[in-house]
Amino acid sequence: MWIDPALSGCFPLRQTRVHEVCGPGAAAFCALAAASGTGPVLWVVESHRTERLNPVGLAPLLPPERVLMVRTGSQTDSLAVAEEALKDGAAPFVAIEISAPLDLREGRRLQLAARAGGTTGLCLIPEGMGSNAAETRWRAAPLFDPTGAMDSTLMRWEIIKNKEGTIRAWHVRWTPETGGLHVVSPVAERPGSQDAPG
Amino acid sequence: MWFPRLPSDRVLRTRPVDGPFALTQTLANTQRLYDLNRAAEQQGLHRGMSYADARAFCPDLISHPARPDLDARFLAALRRWATRYCPWVGIDGADGLVLDVTGATHLWGGTAAMLDDMCARAARAGLDLRLGQGATRGAAWARAHHGEPDAPLATLPVAALRLDEATVTGLQRLGLRRIGDLDATPRAPLTRRFGPQVLLRLDQALGRVSEPLNPQGEPPHFGLRMTFPEPIGLVGDVMAATERLLIPLCDKLRLHEAGARRLMLTLRRVDQGSQQIELRLAAPMREAPRILPLFERGVAEVDAGFGIDQIRIEAVQVEPLPVQQIGTGAAGQTPGRVEDLMTRIGTRIGLENVQRFLPADSHIPERAFSIASAAYSTAESGWASVNPRPLRLFPPEAIGASGNTPPERFRWRRVSFITGRATGPERIAPEWWLDDDAWRSGIRDYWRVETRQGRRLWLFHTPQNPGWFVQGEFA
Repeated sequence: MWIDPALSGCFPLRQTRVHEVCGPGAAAFCALAAASGTGPVLWVVESHRTERLNPVGLAPLLPPERVLMVRTGSQTDSLAVAEEALKDGAAPFVAIEISAPLDLREGRRLQLAARAGGTTGLCLIPEGMGSNAAETRWRAAPLFDPTGAMDSTLMRWEIIKNKEGTIRAWHVRWTPETGGLHVVSPVAERPGSQDAPG
Repeated sequence: MWFPRLPSDRVLRTRPVDGPFALTQTLANTQRLYDLNRAAEQQGLHRGMSYADARAFCPDLISHPARPDLDARFLAALRRWATRYCPWVGIDGADGLVLDVTGATHLWGGTAAMLDDMCARAARAGLDLRLGQGATRGAAWARAHHGEPDAPLATLPVAALRLDEATVTGLQRLGLRRIGDLDATPRAPLTRRFGPQVLLRLDQALGRVSEPLNPQGEPPHFGLRMTFPEPIGLVGDVMAATERLLIPLCDKLRLHEAGARRLMLTLRRVDQGSQQIELRLAAPMREAPRILPLFERGVAEVDAGFGIDQIRIEAVQVEPLPVQQIGTGAAGQTPGRVEDLMTRIGTRIGLENVQRFLPADSHIPERAFSIASAAYSTAESGWASVNPRPLRLFPPEAIGASGNTPPERFRWRRVSFITGRATGPERIAPEWWLDDDAWRSGIRDYWRVETRQGRRLWLFHTPQNPGWFVQGEFA
């Protein structure tokens, strides 16, 4: 997987830390973050959710054979499983779908587990339910691309909390054929665009 | 040894019945008698008669359903018991045992004394036993089924030669009723008429052809226990004891090229209560240092009470695990680490909740993949799809819209959207061979709708039952 150097420092996500992502493009962000590494990916979901990950749609982003789904009964179980997996280190990337805000203790425990196991964690959180312990927090949202092809994957990734850097935003596009993640300039500022200034 | 009433004796041992008793089995929609006791036989009942007839003959008949599987287990237990007489014991048919007592009779004071002992013990156990003894397996079978233990072979009927019904009838029609008659007949015409089986059985009974006996070995038992002189209660002590049991158990598993899939640790307390810890492993395993830490969670939860004075470990479910060459490169990770992690997660939330996606052959989006327990499946690739598919799928959510083309504006989840670009339609028809409630509304025309607000949704229209629904969201 080729990642645009413009993202360096922030993406791929810093290892041995737990990050957070919110917004409607969170699942795609999570899949791409997992695809930037190797080895199995543990995806922890509460079993009562009706919104399911579709492996056929996941395949262009992340090979579904790398994904191990863990269905838990409650958020407590989810966090316990995630802590166990982060600490173990057998799966280098652990994604956790969260429905209630984490308090500082829970977030900190996940951070310590990730550091002990040398793994990366990513919590998929609802908007505004972040934990203070998170290393970075992202907001990912798909963008309408008026000039793009029919299967455009233009997204806006915004880093809204960063413990070791500044906050920024990028417009990125994923090209499954070449396996590349490109940063593109915002639509309005492109040369030749109608709304371009000047 | 022949147990003529093995199935009914087995049931009557646990619940004795005075009077007629029969076991019934349903064959071709009719309940028929499978086995019956002596009292029922005296009333004129016989095997294979229908249960309704039997009730008419004998209104106070007590019946019970037949369980051939339990009978086979009972016979296996009897086989184990019979090894007290000699080490070579095989199973003969569904209700008999063959013992090769050569060189073992003098331990019991001669053949007659040994046969008496067998009869006495079987009678005490409530079993009907017929014995036959002979220089060959065929002769012993003939005497057990058709005569006294030491009757002369020549006087026994030809049915005692283990022949099928039609051959026996054919021989009797020729006037050959006894084994002696058969032996005196020229051999060539007999073979031409009845095939080689008749003379083979005759020769086996008379010892002209050898017949091997297959003694069955004990299936390996993967269980060990340890009793303590003083009760223990500390987690560390229990783990140390578990380790001492686990190492010989794993050695035994290695010897049999097997791996444990499910382990049961039973802790018996001083007050006779016992607690069980079940460990289901994500892969067959036989390495004690890897299994031991997986027990930690279960052992920590046990209430030791006044102390534990016996622990017992058993591999309840065992799978073959051949010795494998360890890879020399390529794999960067230690093999089995993921399985260990799955096992540990499984002890908390259940092993079946750790799942894996497998590709399935269907054009229905919800059925284009299957979900399997990761512990019992291997990862498969082959996720090609002609048309792009959404990353998230959810149950269809209706939006108020009409017409054959996607609406210009719509509301979904309390948010207004304006359609920027719509790609489609892709028509998907329901699989008529599977009845699915969600697809009752008929064919669907799927559209990929990119909204001005950014979100890329998967909408479908049902022309046969007009309506618009959102079913997924793209990356």
